[in-house]
Amino acid sequence: MFGVTILVMLIGSINYNLSLGYVLVFLLSGNGMVSMLHTWRNLARISLRPGKADPVFAGQRAAFRVYIENTSSLPRTSLGVQLTGTEPEFHDVARGSSKLIELKVSTANRGLLYPGRLRIFTTYPVGLFYAWAIVDLGMHCLVYPQPEAGRCILPLATTSAGEGQAMRAGEEDFAGLRTFRAGDSPRRIAWKAFARTEVLLSKQFSGGAAAEIWLDFRDLPVMEIEAKLSRLTRWVIESEAAGIRYGLRLPGTELDPDSGVPHRERCLQALALFKS
Amino acid sequence: MIARDLSPINLAAILGSLALVIGPHSLHLPGWIPALAAVVLLARFYFGWRRMKLPNKWLLIALALSSTAAIALSYHTLYGRDVGVALLTVMIALKVMEMTKPRDTMVVVLLAYFLVVTNFFYSQSIPTAFYMLLVVWIITATMIGLQHQAEQPAVVPVLRQAAIMILQGIPVMLTLFVLFPRVQGPLWGLPQINYSAKSGLGESMTPGDLSSLSLSDAVAFRVLFDQPPAAPEQFYWRGPVLWNYDGRTWRAGNYASAGAPYIQRLGPQLRYTVTMESHDRNWMFAIDMPTSVPDGAYLTTDYQLLSRRIVRDRLRYDMTSSPRYRVGFDESPDALRLAQRLPSGVSPRARALVAQWRAESIRDRDIVVRALKMFREQPFVYTLSPVPLDADPVDQFLFETRSGFCEHYASAFTFLMRAAGIPARVVTGYLGGEVNPLDGYVVVRQADAHAWSEVWLPGEGWVRIDPTAAVSPLRVERGLAEALPAIDRPLLARGTFEWLKQARYAWDAAANNWNQWVLGYNPDRQMRFLGQMGLSNANWQNMVIILTVISGSIMLALGLALLLRLESRRPDPVQRLYLAYCDALAKRGAARHPSEGPRDFAARVSMQFPEIKASAQKVTALYVALRYGTGEHSGKLEEMREAVRKVRQRA
Repeated sequence: MFGVTILVMLIGSINYNLSLGYVLVFLLSGNGMVSMLHTWRNLARISLRPGKADPVFAGQRAAFRVYIENTSSLPRTSLGVQLTGTEPEFHDVARGSSKLIELKVSTANRGLLYPGRLRIFTTYPVGLFYAWAIVDLGMHCLVYPQPEAGRCILPLATTSAGEGQAMRAGEEDFAGLRTFRAGDSPRRIAWKAFARTEVLLSKQFSGGAAAEIWLDFRDLPVMEIEAKLSRLTRWVIESEAAGIRYGLRLPGTELDPDSGVPHRERCLQALALFKS
Repeated sequence: MIARDLSPINLAAILGSLALVIGPHSLHLPGWIPALAAVVLLARFYFGWRRMKLPNKWLLIALALSSTAAIALSYHTLYGRDVGVALLTVMIALKVMEMTKPRDTMVVVLLAYFLVVTNFFYSQSIPTAFYMLLVVWIITATMIGLQHQAEQPAVVPVLRQAAIMILQGIPVMLTLFVLFPRVQGPLWGLPQINYSAKSGLGESMTPGDLSSLSLSDAVAFRVLFDQPPAAPEQFYWRGPVLWNYDGRTWRAGNYASAGAPYIQRLGPQLRYTVTMESHDRNWMFAIDMPTSVPDGAYLTTDYQLLSRRIVRDRLRYDMTSSPRYRVGFDESPDALRLAQRLPSGVSPRARALVAQWRAESIRDRDIVVRALKMFREQPFVYTLSPVPLDADPVDQFLFETRSGFCEHYASAFTFLMRAAGIPARVVTGYLGGEVNPLDGYVVVRQADAHAWSEVWLPGEGWVRIDPTAAVSPLRVERGLAEALPAIDRPLLARGTFEWLKQARYAWDAAANNWNQWVLGYNPDRQMRFLGQMGLSNANWQNMVIILTVISGSIMLALGLALLLRLESRRPDPVQRLYLAYCDALAKRGAARHPSEGPRDFAARVSMQFPEIKASAQKVTALYVALRYGTGEHSGKLEEMREAVRKVRQRA
């Protein structure tokens, strides 16, 4: 469009012998060429680094963090950043600084989401030229299955025999030691004490009205795999929220009953990455 | 659509740019067009500012159609340059009303550039050029502002960026200007000419014509002599020769035709170059007598130099002249008869006077002398504001008013000669001029317009007689300004303000250089200039090659310079100190993660190495204050340096 305007102006200047018309046409041509360099420079020596992308549930928007680093002495204006299939975002990056941006991508399916390559581009300063670079930052984001909606009934707590019940509590409060009984978890054995006394003692914890449940893939009624995973996901969330100790059984995977954010994340990850 | 996409500042910049380019057009467009444009631009700004809906497109179409009709009514046509400018102005103004998407905005901005060119139809003077440079700067800044997609553009940095780009574009502009192969226009048809009357000599001469011209300061032509003669302001510049007299007005008639009349040169030749302002006529001026004919011109049988084309642009031509000459001693009897013709019955008193002279002297030369003697000895006055002649002009002038300007004297004298049977004719042209000491050009202005006579004497041919010289020798020797009483002179020609005169010289020299080198840079001038630069017989192919090479090199150099500017980053002292602090901690095993902010890092360091907690926090606080804070910073840098030193000692 700019080129056409210049050409028409040039023809007009020739036809009417407008010397200043020539001057203007040449000035704008010079300007246009210079703008090409400026556009190129606006993008030159910019570095991009991937940041962390927090896991999301399917259906939520994943946020990919990217650092745009401008170590040069010039500010960068209107850098467009775009992931495939999304609208570009524009950012100014001051000189000698780095800017953290979040690129939001909507998710549909569980699993690892690879947003693909990142396009960074600019048309600054005058919009006549488009400079771009496509970079693969190797970014990915874990997408958990979408939790099932609606009513949620957790499976019944396991009724393991005898004193098994006694040891379901949170592990926060150490209450003391007692003699080992068959069925105690080896993890509860006080090995240091054993080394000293050669008596098997089990650690006793207090705090314990918490139930222990198994979230088992195989126990679910006949339904689609994804639906099963959705339900299990919902159970994980609800169990964690309820402070129940929960274990997860998937074909090929078993996570012992536990609770806490790391456990929840392990469970959700197993669900996200489950392959039937 | 809602006018929301454009921020008010960008909108104001676009509308302001348009106002700046449309503004000068209000000098020659019908008044309603700039008024309409102003209303539309203001309305558009209001809509954008208040985020209102833009008017319906049918309303715009109706406005466009009715404006077109109004333009057709104003100009009685829809064809031609001025109409084009009017239409373009109206359409651009209306276009802003449907300017919502970036593409529309771009179109409007580019049309603003286009309107800049249309301004050059009407003026290409130095002030216009500067004004338009300013406008281009602002339009470019507007384009830059529109590209600020992340944050609102700030006025000063955007103007600065635009100025940088324009300045960096100038080398390429100069290269293109000098080397871009020029084509002599027009490419199609004849450009429509603005037939506004330009001041200058006319095709006829009625007493009062030239004296009104004498107040005009406009430049008629400029002359550069190869070898400056002693008194260039004393030359007679020959223009239209007038043969026919109807009792009041002298006209050229249609006697003269193209020919190659014989001119006998006496004495040395003058070589000079004339740069003539356009006057929409075909005559050209040369020192009496021209002895060469430039390309595209011819000499008539009455020694007038004429261009084959109407002079619609400033014209440069090389001339030679012979100030001393003999011509026309073998003039044809037809011409001589024509040069004796007078309308019957006019000016009886003048005829009676001549009859009396004739009775007393036989020789034509004696009669010439008697007439001049009359002008010299009787109380004739040379003045710019003569008493208007309402009756028989020659009789009234010679016997009653006796005050007149050169055309009165030339007219009366020629009449007297013809009445005596001596072939005579009126020659108009210029006498005088002013040497500009700054550049050596002789500037001849409209105020220097003059009229004189030529009489044909047996054995001598056509002889120039200037009756004005008999009345006012100063006019010939010193120029108009000296010959007139002070009150009559044009303001600038009065000698009272010496600095004003110097300023005028300087301005005139600048305008002349502008005309010669910028406006007058045509194909011919380009070839000559390139020849001087050592590129003789350049054709367009090698011009394009050289052009490409030079502009390519300029771009390469500029690109490297721009890149170097990017590389030459030296962190500011605050940043350097902070990096030193980070390095020291990294050596100790606490490297700062790229994603870690200074405060988070400081917190982690404090946990890890409690012994440097105080220093680390101090460094961080100062760093944040110096780098991101506002307010008083004096002394803080020293403090920070000290704190960093402590961290490094312990690390």
